[in-house]
Amino acid sequence: MMPLRKFEYEEIGEGRLVINLGPQHPSTHGVLRLIAELDGERVKKVLPIIGYLHRGFEKIAENRNYPMIVPLTDRLDYLSAMSNNMVYCQAIEELMNIKISERTEYIRVIVLELQRIASHLASVGFFGNDVGVTFTAMMYTFRERELIINLFETLSGARLTYNYIRIGGLREDLPKGFENNVLQSIDIIEKKVDEYEEFFSENEIFRRRTQGIGVLKLKDAINLGATGPVLRGSGLKSDVRVTDPYTIYDRFDWDIITEKKGDCFARYNIWINEIRQSISIVRQALNGLPKGEINVKIPRVIKPEPGEVYSKIESPRGELAMNVISDGTPKPYRLKIRSPAFCNLSLLPTISEEGLIADLIATLGSIDPVFGEVDR
Amino acid sequence: MEYLLSLLVYLSNPWVKGLVGGIGLALAIAGSIVLLLWVERKFIGRLQHRYGPNRVGKFGILQLVVDGIKLLTKEDIIPDAADKTVFKLAPIIGFAIAFLPFLAIPFSETMIVSDLNVGILFILAVSSMAVVPTLMAGWSPNNKYNLLGGMRAAALMISYEVPMGLAIIGVVMLTDSMSMVEIVKAQEKIWFIFPQALGFVVFVVAAFMEAARLPFDLPEAESEIVQGWTTEFSGMKFAMLLFAEYIHSILASLLIVILFLGGWHGPILPAPIWILIKTFIVMLILMWMRATVPRVRIDQLLNVGWKVLIPLAMINIAFTGTARVILG
Amino acid sequence: MSEILSSLTEKFPDSITNTKVQRKTRIWVTVKIDVLIDVCEYLKNKQDFNHLSSVVGVDYKDRFEVVYHLWSYSKKRQLSLKVPLEKENPKVKTVTKIWRSANWHERETAELFGITFEEHPYPKHLLLADDFEGYPLRKDFKLVEKPWFDKNDASEKQKTD
Repeated sequence: MMPLRKFEYEEIGEGRLVINLGPQHPSTHGVLRLIAELDGERVKKVLPIIGYLHRGFEKIAENRNYPMIVPLTDRLDYLSAMSNNMVYCQAIEELMNIKISERTEYIRVIVLELQRIASHLASVGFFGNDVGVTFTAMMYTFRERELIINLFETLSGARLTYNYIRIGGLREDLPKGFENNVLQSIDIIEKKVDEYEEFFSENEIFRRRTQGIGVLKLKDAINLGATGPVLRGSGLKSDVRVTDPYTIYDRFDWDIITEKKGDCFARYNIWINEIRQSISIVRQALNGLPKGEINVKIPRVIKPEPGEVYSKIESPRGELAMNVISDGTPKPYRLKIRSPAFCNLSLLPTISEEGLIADLIATLGSIDPVFGEVDR
Repeated sequence: MEYLLSLLVYLSNPWVKGLVGGIGLALAIAGSIVLLLWVERKFIGRLQHRYGPNRVGKFGILQLVVDGIKLLTKEDIIPDAADKTVFKLAPIIGFAIAFLPFLAIPFSETMIVSDLNVGILFILAVSSMAVVPTLMAGWSPNNKYNLLGGMRAAALMISYEVPMGLAIIGVVMLTDSMSMVEIVKAQEKIWFIFPQALGFVVFVVAAFMEAARLPFDLPEAESEIVQGWTTEFSGMKFAMLLFAEYIHSILASLLIVILFLGGWHGPILPAPIWILIKTFIVMLILMWMRATVPRVRIDQLLNVGWKVLIPLAMINIAFTGTARVILG
Repeated sequence: MSEILSSLTEKFPDSITNTKVQRKTRIWVTVKIDVLIDVCEYLKNKQDFNHLSSVVGVDYKDRFEVVYHLWSYSKKRQLSLKVPLEKENPKVKTVTKIWRSANWHERETAELFGITFEEHPYPKHLLLADDFEGYPLRKDFKLVEKPWFDKNDASEKQKTD
């Protein structure tokens, strides 16, 4: 008989209300349980409880061969599955010293940036939900996200878990007409992003709900391990694509978007502007796409030398890293995933003190956790 | 046939008029809720780039009927630790109070159930009684979400009462009478929205607060406190609370039309049709706002209610008063 | 790159047991457990490694190991500190006072491996249930599906119904 999960809470102050924003909640972010101690409507303490989606990914990976883990990585951060595939394949390619072809590099960049656009569109939509616009913003941004997901469906056959980037290359080459479809889709998205910015940023009520809310100072951000839009929203100009470069990002011309204030509005602004930067990167990459082979010759059984590697990429949520330790067998000895949403979520108690409940939900929306990768 | 027409003379008897008018009004309002809820779901659906209900009946007209049947047949759960009497009473009282103000609303010069000469005061007083069932629904289920929603609703309702009353004073000053029929009759030449522009703004914001519609729908803020003050209610109780809130929003739009938008005055069509058309347009604007605008926070809302609307309404009264004295 | 290594080996001469430089931007250093806090403070305050990326626990045959991956925003270098622990009762001091992001990472490593982080501010389970028994990521924990009801129980209940 499985006992129910018990939880002891520490001393509650006088006249305080302890409320449980339980794992099932209309706030659409997934299974997160927040225990909040309230004084009226002010939040005094917040305790996040995670682990409802823990599937034991790292343990499972120790029993699988290296190529068998690629579909498993799809399910980590399910809103940006290409990034997870990429970090894993990059780690194994570094371990085995595989050099991939030029065309693969370009296609990987195109696919990763399209994934970033799709994920940021979803984040903006869900953020609108949390602030109170009942589903309207979400419907519009998801209409544009459908364009990208349809493109990915022609590439890999699936809408959410692509399994497209493989060790040593890709699953298969681009279908006919893919480049034209991409160009058409991002033209539409570029116009629509201006509309969304107008819909949100020029709305007085939205500004009052997000400006000055959930302020994160730079010192706290670095000390607490924040990365991605959360860190750039507090003022530090740091992006893994530039500071620790991987694949061929140094060949393209784009800006790192930074904001100074560190509140929810700044993070939302970063999402919108990063969509624009990604659109420009995709255009440049499509321009320079070379012809050639996709996959390189790799051994039949992947057995790296004993060693370890720590590979990092910039996923839409922040710095996604994987530590792979191999011991010469076809199965990895230890596989550890450093997920950005996990570290960003640990900030929540610090930045939501002395706010109201409505601010707590808005802050949670702007941190943008995806529980597949928080719980693994 | 003549026998039926001869019965009409009984309508001058206030008792008969009250009974027949009351029952007729209740049925008319219930029917109009069904129609308006259907329009709302389709309209908001279209604004959100989707169809809205379109499976049940042609264009989804029977959707509300089916929803009503579903709510009727749901299990009626009463929490163990709830205050049972208050829990059962809250929806009934809420539903009953919601209907009362309609007794003094004129749909044409003669179509009014009871033409009180303090009509507008009666409406204001009765609609402010709606705080009581809300607090009852917030307190009785012994649940923290209900409590939070109920407290927010109470704060909301108290803060719109004063600005609403002050805005109405401006209208009453122009009419010299508190009777609803007189107020509409005085708008024959010019609708009160023009001389009372500031009062119109104040009244519209206060009416949105009364209707508890986005951007002011804090009592049932869906993304924050599950269902707010109606959380523990299920089945018919929930349906009654929902309908009570909807009737409040119909009342709010009717008041806007009668006090500021000319009531039943209009060129060709008969009087009741004009009121219905204008109310329908105001309700469409309410639905439009629901689909577009984010939600205001509770302290920002209280700011607006107490620090912004009351001074504006006072300025309006001063202005109207001096204009009246100067222009006679 | 090598200057970071050389200054480290100067400061802590006999506690650095193994170093490796990979790909010009990655340094791997193995330290002994007794100087861990001093090394971490030195790295954070003097060498500006202000970002703790993650804390990884590894279960080898003869020892446990905790690896701290550090990143410096100004120098754009990564340094990974490997600390070997004993197999019987693995204990190490927490670095939460130096980098606050270690809080959740250490909680996770503690519950999955059974490593005790001393003086941790809130050492409760993070990902697993509060009453979970065993340490899943150790190599001797077999991933066998434990039956959560006993077949005999079920058939007995059916008899009484």
